[in-house]
Amino acid sequence: MKIELTPAQAEAQQSFRAFVDAEIMPHADEYDREERTPPEVIRRLAELGYLGATISEQYSGRGMDMVTFGLLCEELGRGSISLLSLLTVHGMVTQALTKWGSPAQREHWLPKLATGEVIGALGLTEPNIGSDAKSIESSAVLTGDSYLLNGRKKWISFGQVADLFLIIAQCEGKPSAFLVERKDPGFSSKPISGMLGFRSAMLAELHLDDCRIPSENLVARVGFGFSHVIGSALDYGRYCVGCGCVGLGQACLEASVSYVNKRKQFGSYLREHQLIQQMIANMITSIKAARLLNYSAGYLKDTGDPDTIMETSIAKYFASQMVNRVAQDAVQIHGAAGCSSEYPVQRYLRDAKIMEIIEGSTQIQQIIISTYGCMKLARKKRTKT
Amino acid sequence: MTTEVVKEKIRTFIQGYIQVPELKDDEDYFASRLVNSMFAMQLVLFVEKEFAVQVESEDLEISNFNSVNSISGLVARKNGVGHS
Repeated sequence: MKIELTPAQAEAQQSFRAFVDAEIMPHADEYDREERTPPEVIRRLAELGYLGATISEQYSGRGMDMVTFGLLCEELGRGSISLLSLLTVHGMVTQALTKWGSPAQREHWLPKLATGEVIGALGLTEPNIGSDAKSIESSAVLTGDSYLLNGRKKWISFGQVADLFLIIAQCEGKPSAFLVERKDPGFSSKPISGMLGFRSAMLAELHLDDCRIPSENLVARVGFGFSHVIGSALDYGRYCVGCGCVGLGQACLEASVSYVNKRKQFGSYLREHQLIQQMIANMITSIKAARLLNYSAGYLKDTGDPDTIMETSIAKYFASQMVNRVAQDAVQIHGAAGCSSEYPVQRYLRDAKIMEIIEGSTQIQQIIISTYGCMKLARKKRTKT
Repeated sequence: MTTEVVKEKIRTFIQGYIQVPELKDDEDYFASRLVNSMFAMQLVLFVEKEFAVQVESEDLEISNFNSVNSISGLVARKNGVGHS
């Protein structure tokens, strides 16, 4: 066993980090306060090829391996979780199309998504439907050579600016996936503001009112929208979130270390107080553990191992809980200063909470992991007897 | 790889995910609700990795995935071999 980044992965990590330090960290608090991501930032991600990170070079993407992509998610998460969420939802659309799109859909959309000419977002969650995603209420009806979509989608990251949406709707009573463009008749979006975290992720509610799309915008087949199309997309999204949590945790740690090295109480630096040392030690250890889980999930993705789906769920579960503890400690270390807009740790804490909810809540991951674990253990027992 | 070897690999994989004492080759585990939705993607990855084939959207029929026999048939067709 060798757990080590390749020289190319280490070099890529350095370039991701340099970009985030120079162009994201100095502005992330401002974007958070303004509840927006400026278009030039999205264009910059596109210029760097980050929006096409995992898209094949055949379609003008960067063709990154998943470990390298995880490093990118980690670094973006360190700078701004809201910005990471763009990579997440945009990538979920590209992943779904790469795996399940028709040749015509791949040829038409992937180059545009890779270069950022088109921004993608996912339309799964609804006002009445969250974790019970198979029970979505939006509908799609085939009428002649087009589908007519009706329904509402809510909490859609970058729903204010995305051009192309992967929408899940019931068709013939079965969850199915469709491509809907912002310009399609009957489509509209309404911005959502005042969220706890993800404040610059430009969330929106999507309205589909007799929204008419060409029949060739069905992705995969009727009835496979949840199990396969969203199945692929969610696995990708969970990996982004898991890696992003590590980056967010690292941001908490770096902010805390900086603070304990300059602030004195009772005549000595905070770093010399043992109860502070306990929090820092726990941060370092739990971030490292979460990072290793993500490396494992990424490696299994690169080798096409079916275990990657469960390993990704485990990594997301652990990392999103980890980052909540770490962010709470970061604010605690900063005291009143940490609750103010003078320091970014208050943003980190608000964003951390969102990570436990998106792409399958902590409780959904617990159900998935426990069910899987019981099956595996029961099988081992059967095999032995 | 013979059909029997293919089926044995499929049986071994599926039995890692469902709790039945014995899995019959024609048993429809989707109809019996023995598996969850995540299993569907795990199954796709397994077929692709184990048998070096690409599962595509036109292959998405329940009848291609719902039993040991049906997956074996899919693998044979993807490899250009007649169903046996």
